[in-house]
Amino acid sequence: MDEILQLLSEDARLTCKQIAERIGRPEAEVQEIVAKLEKEKIIRRYKTVIDWERAGVEHVFGFIEVRCAPQRGVGFDAVAERIIEFPEVHSLYLMSGAYDFLVVVQGKTMREIAYFVAEKLAPLDHVVGTATHFVLRPYKVDGDIMVDRDEVKRLPVTP
Amino acid sequence: MAQTRPRVSRLVDALPPSGIRRFFELVEKMPEAISLGIGEPDFVTPWRVREAGIYSLERGHTHYTPNRGIRPLLEELARYLERRFGVSYDPETELMITVGGSEAIDIALRAVLQPGDGVLIPQPCFVSYLPCAVLAGGHAIAVRTSVEHDFQVQVEDLAQACDESSRVLLISYPSNPTGATMPRGNMEALIRFAAERDLLLISDEVYAELTYDGAHVSAAAVPGGRERTVLVGGFSKAWAMTGWRLGFAAGPADIIEAMVKVHSYALMCSPTTAQEAAIEALRACDDDVAQMRREYNQRRRVIVSRLNAMGLTCFEPKGAFYAFPSIANTGFTSEEFAQRLLEEEKVAVVPGTAFGECGEGFVRCSYATSMALIEEAMARMASFVARVAG
Repeated sequence: MDEILQLLSEDARLTCKQIAERIGRPEAEVQEIVAKLEKEKIIRRYKTVIDWERAGVEHVFGFIEVRCAPQRGVGFDAVAERIIEFPEVHSLYLMSGAYDFLVVVQGKTMREIAYFVAEKLAPLDHVVGTATHFVLRPYKVDGDIMVDRDEVKRLPVTP
Repeated sequence: MAQTRPRVSRLVDALPPSGIRRFFELVEKMPEAISLGIGEPDFVTPWRVREAGIYSLERGHTHYTPNRGIRPLLEELARYLERRFGVSYDPETELMITVGGSEAIDIALRAVLQPGDGVLIPQPCFVSYLPCAVLAGGHAIAVRTSVEHDFQVQVEDLAQACDESSRVLLISYPSNPTGATMPRGNMEALIRFAAERDLLLISDEVYAELTYDGAHVSAAAVPGGRERTVLVGGFSKAWAMTGWRLGFAAGPADIIEAMVKVHSYALMCSPTTAQEAAIEALRACDDDVAQMRREYNQRRRVIVSRLNAMGLTCFEPKGAFYAFPSIANTGFTSEEFAQRLLEEEKVAVVPGTAFGECGEGFVRCSYATSMALIEEAMARMASFVARVAG
């Protein structure tokens, strides 16, 4: 199962037939395992890694530190559940350290993100402070290096 | 005018050029070809190892090291050999660091052979074994292995080839070019035979980490093996460090001492940067090695199943990164097959004959290349086979 997950995490377009050949199991067995992983939401969905900058699509990412006062009985969950509903929110993490939440926000412009923070995030009940950082250039995203490297050359035939 | 004497040693002059060389020149002129002829990893050395090399340079460690190698690396190597293969060596007297596994083979032969001694060499095998034996003053005795026995050398065949002069048995499992491995039982039989004939073993185990079916069995790890074996290994394959040129030898103190003597006159020491980087390879890269092994294994399954599906019978290679399919049913010799496949489909494989006469009827396909290229190469090869065999 781990090997199937790893293969799909690297290339979501692999067919069960290709996976079966690579791991040396029958195709039907792989189909069954993948179906089960999907049903159990271990595989949540299949995505594509896109270099938006190269595609010419303007995207701005903001990393926003949020400090808030936890609520009796529900801790941070109640605030988190409100934040995740905003479509601008790309990722949300509860953090250890100097602040409580790290909110990754995706917008078309910095202004859009600034507006979101000022109008939506900061005024939420129990949020006591925010600090916004904008991404200037992504170098590596979710394990994928986003900058071009020279091709590594090898001799064409070696013993 | 004085008579012109030959400028090149007769010994060297008589050596045949490597069977790979000719093919290299053909492929070199065809940059668009997909090459399954490459005997080195497509992976780049893990970053933490490269970083350790950079750090070594930054600190100005640019001088000679002791002949045998730097102490921390020798100690780390001793721990590694114990941990991975269950063989224990004294880092002070029984280990040395060499310039690639190739140097270890060369100096092991030079350190032990008397003029005219025979070296038993199971074939098909790595291209430098025979020349190294000859250059060390010995003579090579080729011993055939066959696909019927999964390219594992048989004691009966060795017994037949072994004569009074025979002094060394040079084996390599997992094997380049066949991908064969040697199971424990057969390795034990081999060691018993070596003991009976008082042969010294040189065991090139540079592909040990790339074993896909069961654990690697070192010649030094079976009963009676350790005292008569020079175990050769290297960083090139498992850690993707070919260009760093770093290998090692482990063996009885008297032989290692003799090898260090040759090494000290020929090379002084192995590259300092590479030695310092290799400490990191042994200490912290088990996961990187496991990840590369997993990928090679996936490619191995794909290439073997595709070769068999196109009608080129391929025995299951259990180690290294080569498949060695039979091309007998195409009616071509290995050379013809490789040449026509290159010309007609722009796919490079290496004729089996480059690794010994008994490689006739086979070609070596390296799967140390990306899955996408392997799949494309297999598709082209399948259409070639369908055309010529149909």
